[in-house]
Amino acid sequence: MAKVLMKGNEAIAESAIRSGCRHYFGYPITPQTEVAAYMAKRMPKIGGTFLQAESEISAINMVYGVSSAGKRVMTSSSSPGVSLKQEGISYLAGSDLPALIVNVQRGGPGLGGIQPSQSDYFQATKGGGHGDYRLIVLAPASVQEMADLTSKAFDLADKYRMPAMLLADGTIGQMMEPVELPEEKTDGFVEKPWAVTGTGGKREHNIINSLYLVPEELEKKNLERYERYKLVEQNEVMVEEYLTDDADICVVAFGIAARVSKNAINAARAKGIKAGLIRPITLWPFPKDAIKKAAEKVKGFISVELSMGQMIEDIRLAEECRKPVVLCNRVGGMIPSPDEVLSAIEKAEGGEF
Amino acid sequence: MAVVFSKPKALTDAPLHYCPGCTHGIIHRLVAEAIDSLGILDRTVGVAPVGCAVMSYDYFSCDMVEAAHGRAPAVATGLKRAMPDRIIFTYQGDGDLASIGMAETVHAATRNENITVIFVNNAIYGMTGGQMAPTSLPGQVTQTSPYGRDVKTVGYPIKVCELLSGLDAPEYIERVAVNNVKNVMKAKKAIKKAFQNQIEGKGFSLIEVVSSCPTNWGMTPQKALDWVESDMIPYYPLGVYRDKSAKEAE
Amino acid sequence: MAKLTFLKDVCKGCGLCVNACPLGLIVLEKDKINKKGHSPAGITDESKCVGCASCAMMCPDCVITVEK
Repeated sequence: MAKVLMKGNEAIAESAIRSGCRHYFGYPITPQTEVAAYMAKRMPKIGGTFLQAESEISAINMVYGVSSAGKRVMTSSSSPGVSLKQEGISYLAGSDLPALIVNVQRGGPGLGGIQPSQSDYFQATKGGGHGDYRLIVLAPASVQEMADLTSKAFDLADKYRMPAMLLADGTIGQMMEPVELPEEKTDGFVEKPWAVTGTGGKREHNIINSLYLVPEELEKKNLERYERYKLVEQNEVMVEEYLTDDADICVVAFGIAARVSKNAINAARAKGIKAGLIRPITLWPFPKDAIKKAAEKVKGFISVELSMGQMIEDIRLAEECRKPVVLCNRVGGMIPSPDEVLSAIEKAEGGEF
Repeated sequence: MAVVFSKPKALTDAPLHYCPGCTHGIIHRLVAEAIDSLGILDRTVGVAPVGCAVMSYDYFSCDMVEAAHGRAPAVATGLKRAMPDRIIFTYQGDGDLASIGMAETVHAATRNENITVIFVNNAIYGMTGGQMAPTSLPGQVTQTSPYGRDVKTVGYPIKVCELLSGLDAPEYIERVAVNNVKNVMKAKKAIKKAFQNQIEGKGFSLIEVVSSCPTNWGMTPQKALDWVESDMIPYYPLGVYRDKSAKEAE
Repeated sequence: MAKLTFLKDVCKGCGLCVNACPLGLIVLEKDKINKKGHSPAGITDESKCVGCASCAMMCPDCVITVEK
């Protein structure tokens, strides 16, 4: 299929539609509004639902309703809006409902700014809402990946009966790149016998619920869920490694930070410094093994982030404190330049960790 | 002899957990009777609230979804948009619908979302042990208004039917009560109409049911129903607040 | 002529049916205690019951089945 030039946010929307999503609920917030605008144009033409909800809270609960009915559904927002969705995300997780939540991150905390950020890493990968649960978190680094990972997120959410999050940032959301869109998905959808579609007089009533007042039952539910999460960790890790085979300095970065880092690594290589990149594509499950393996031979790690250092904690856990890990970051909507990353690499090469 | 009154099929055999004399049981039955009489049990999906009726998902024999506190109209919106040919209802209390879920309620109403909302107003938070509700009466003593609801500091009760009938969109809004046989029969008719409207694609129908909470009001079940008559109904007048189709037909 | 069947063990003894009966035929059977620990509702003289089902309509727990 021929490539088309699209904005990252639009690629998410079109890919979702091609992945069989016919229901979208959202609320305007910069820098993700193009997703809603695209859906508003397209959904009525294909018999789908676009609904601008009264709040992010309502939007995520509309998602909860559609998912209960067994259909593919999504919402998108940016950081402050995603905070509002956390209640609903916890309920989705607690009721074992699949759905896609897109976060095109902007700077925070509070109202923050409208420029790109990665400071919702903790929120996305460590819970966000109340209770023990996980989200599958996918981090696109290009417009192509906005499309590919949207499609992947729907499949994984259905397969494991859990919500998935596309954790993008304002840069990838707003940038335009050529993209090859996925084919229209017409089969291979997971059966959902648990859905509340009406009994049809043929079965006992289905109940979608996250309330278990008997602690033994609630414990069992949590344990079962974590068995499923274990399978996700075993089977679904996605990671890109770039020039890591002989690397002395290992940069770890995702999303836009990874693209900047690649330029810096190329520049470092040109200067004879053996730098490489590990780019987590799934932030949860985190590519622990790739980090652990790298820790055996590199001098140290540089975590390049658009945050005050959130992923760095997962890197340290994964490499079990064998090698030093330093942070190279900008925050508040700022993006580290390739030169800033290069300078961090050069310092590391000189033993400055 | 023929059976003239028995438990409707839209209720399961699960024993209700409600306190003795709690009118939730009556209202559950009226909803179930409406579902039975319209022959829609196999294609109805209900949305349970947070509050005393949270476990109504075990009591209605149709498919059920348990929503977060106040979010039932949003969940119902999702269900209805995904399955326009199914009958979707929410069953919500006063804290759920008129306090934490007010935005969801008003916006579902103003979209004229084709759903049925059963709103149980007993002027108190029952499940948490009797705190002030958005519909607690002026002067009403509750755990969180121990000196009586002081309208100067916490404001006045919210009259949901009056408020929603200020909107252009909603199809049908009626307030009923279940404090005596006559009112129960009227409530039954209203609830059936609220489902019938949905079947006919007319849009948002809300039935407010003025009911009682003997336990948290500190009254016997019958005294509580007497208080509904003497204190609740004068503040919350019964009647049809909106019947758009009937008005258009005039 | 009507017949009332009470699910005695489901009854919570709230007494709403007692007040609902226009003929004053329903009582709480104070000499009995059901599984829930309540004195359940019952009918004193079934031959006088007209089967209006007022008692059943006010029962929150679907205890009463009415036949006529």
